[in-house]
Amino acid sequence: MNPDQLTDRLPSLLGDRLVSHALAPGTGEITCEIAPGHIVDACRLLRDDPDTRFETLTDLCGMDYSAWGAGDETQGGTGSPGGPAGGGEAWPGSRFAVVYHLLSLRHNLRLRLRVPLDDDAPAVDSVVEVWPSANWYEREAFDLFGIIFNGHPDLRRLLTDYGFIGHPFRKDFPLTGQVEMRYDEEQGRVIYQPVTIEPRTLVPRTISKPVGDNPGGVRD
Amino acid sequence: MPEIRNYTMNFGPQHPAAHGVLRLILEMDGEVIERCDPHIGLLHRATEKLAESKPYNQSIGYMDRLDYVSMMCNEHAYVLAIEKLIGVDPPLRARYIRVLFDEITRILNHCLWLGAHALDIGAMTVFLYCFREREDLMDCYEAVSGARMHATYYRPGGVYRDLPEAMPKHAPTARHNEARTRERNRDRDGSLLDFIEAFTERFPACVDEYETLLSDNRIWKQRTVDIGVVTPQRAMALGFSGPMLRGSGVEWDLRKKQPYAAYDRVDFDIPVGTNGDSYDRYLVRVEEMRQSNRIIRQCIDWLRANPGPVMTDDGKLAPPAREDMKGDMEALIHHFKLFTEGYCIPAGEAYAAIEHPKGEFGIYLVSDGANKPYRCKIRAPGFAHLAALGEMSKGHMLADMVAIIGTQDIVFGEIDR
Repeated sequence: MNPDQLTDRLPSLLGDRLVSHALAPGTGEITCEIAPGHIVDACRLLRDDPDTRFETLTDLCGMDYSAWGAGDETQGGTGSPGGPAGGGEAWPGSRFAVVYHLLSLRHNLRLRLRVPLDDDAPAVDSVVEVWPSANWYEREAFDLFGIIFNGHPDLRRLLTDYGFIGHPFRKDFPLTGQVEMRYDEEQGRVIYQPVTIEPRTLVPRTISKPVGDNPGGVRD
Repeated sequence: MPEIRNYTMNFGPQHPAAHGVLRLILEMDGEVIERCDPHIGLLHRATEKLAESKPYNQSIGYMDRLDYVSMMCNEHAYVLAIEKLIGVDPPLRARYIRVLFDEITRILNHCLWLGAHALDIGAMTVFLYCFREREDLMDCYEAVSGARMHATYYRPGGVYRDLPEAMPKHAPTARHNEARTRERNRDRDGSLLDFIEAFTERFPACVDEYETLLSDNRIWKQRTVDIGVVTPQRAMALGFSGPMLRGSGVEWDLRKKQPYAAYDRVDFDIPVGTNGDSYDRYLVRVEEMRQSNRIIRQCIDWLRANPGPVMTDDGKLAPPAREDMKGDMEALIHHFKLFTEGYCIPAGEAYAAIEHPKGEFGIYLVSDGANKPYRCKIRAPGFAHLAALGEMSKGHMLADMVAIIGTQDIVFGEIDR
């Protein structure tokens, strides 16, 4: 199986679980969009079908598209998210998504799955049953983006501090954070207080003609 | 009959055998581990979020600080992702230099791993031996980039500069007299390549020394054989990669299977284990050091015979030559634009993975067309390995936990990111 054959095989394998799929000509990577309710089924099919055999989930991450194509004011958290202020087009789909990177050792293939999620209460079914490696990746996506994984055995925060509030990788969370920690002489203990540093932008975010001889990232 | 009580025990985060800031909550039945819950994130610096706020090139330095014992390999994945999105190929010489330094980095990493792992299990000498070799390789880093660890040497489109023609030399000090200094500078009279070649000539004997101390050592085998066994199927399902996967007998190496840089032009073998225990993973990594040495020697021969550019000539991506900048307005503008605003990458997404010393290190880069990444997800090999710590340690003794942490080759810079 090569990527072209896989692209042709996917619709018959996944049926209506597959919303769309494309092979990017520049990078040679296949990206599939999967309907949110069908992710576990789709993953199990991709893992067990002899033509695909994606035995390994290499990576799983959350995405927040709310600042797509926008300038700095939405990236630092000082403004409201959304809206093309940087000269680019806004993201056409929903705000949140989960992106899965699968690897088939048998066929030496990679595949990317994207599941669009609800804007207000992003939630998706957990794939821990399919690949145990999803456990920590889902905890991480929950921690950083606030995405709920239904059926996850142990959905706790993973990377942030004990008692942390908020989801730091959302685009409306400021880069400097909300609280800072210091030792208080009077109380004789470590306390949290609102951050005292001002958010600043050293290099403005701009969208202009991309680098390279063949714009669009298409390789000859 | 003595009363047996179950304990919940805290391990770390400040524990020399925790390889950084790992905190484990262990549920013990006597001295047997029933359940293990790793608490990570104590070194979380939000590298991915920081990368979103900086032009592409300014994040290369952050990559060094992820897995801080295999610096240039991290950079490699990041610049590969950028190159993949832009569609630019670096010159062949730059690709060979990357292979050379990737393999130097692999030896650096495995030396630290072996030294620390052996020290955890009680073998002091290996640690001293390994750090002796690391010192020479750090000097190579320094000669080529000016920094012993955080090199920022790989750039999108090539490497920062060509290999230097001279090695820095030691000066006599109060501890080292003239004769001793001459001895220390013996390999430093020629170029960097001569220095590395001299290293590759003595290194196999050094690996033999490590093996003499460990491979047939009764204590070493008692501590590692049948400890932390992972079956091939389980290793794949758990997302293992690199020596952790090969130790279980799966022949998978991105350098062979999905070649990048110039790995399709060099000759080397992939060692695999059979039992999937800590001892097999030790043997795999030791053999990898020998194979790296072999790759380095091939790179030296090629680099000697083929001078050429080490950076793409695309003026939007590579800084102009210093002398052009002084006389040419166009070059000056390019230089200024590149180091202030950076460059814009066409909207799209790419996942670039390399065979990092610890496993598959990948960068998932998403661009919305701006001069900064929209999202830069770092796929760290150690993250998946540490997630399986509970499974690997269940039913083992507390002392074996240290051996399992050691065999996983944990570094918190990449796990916490």
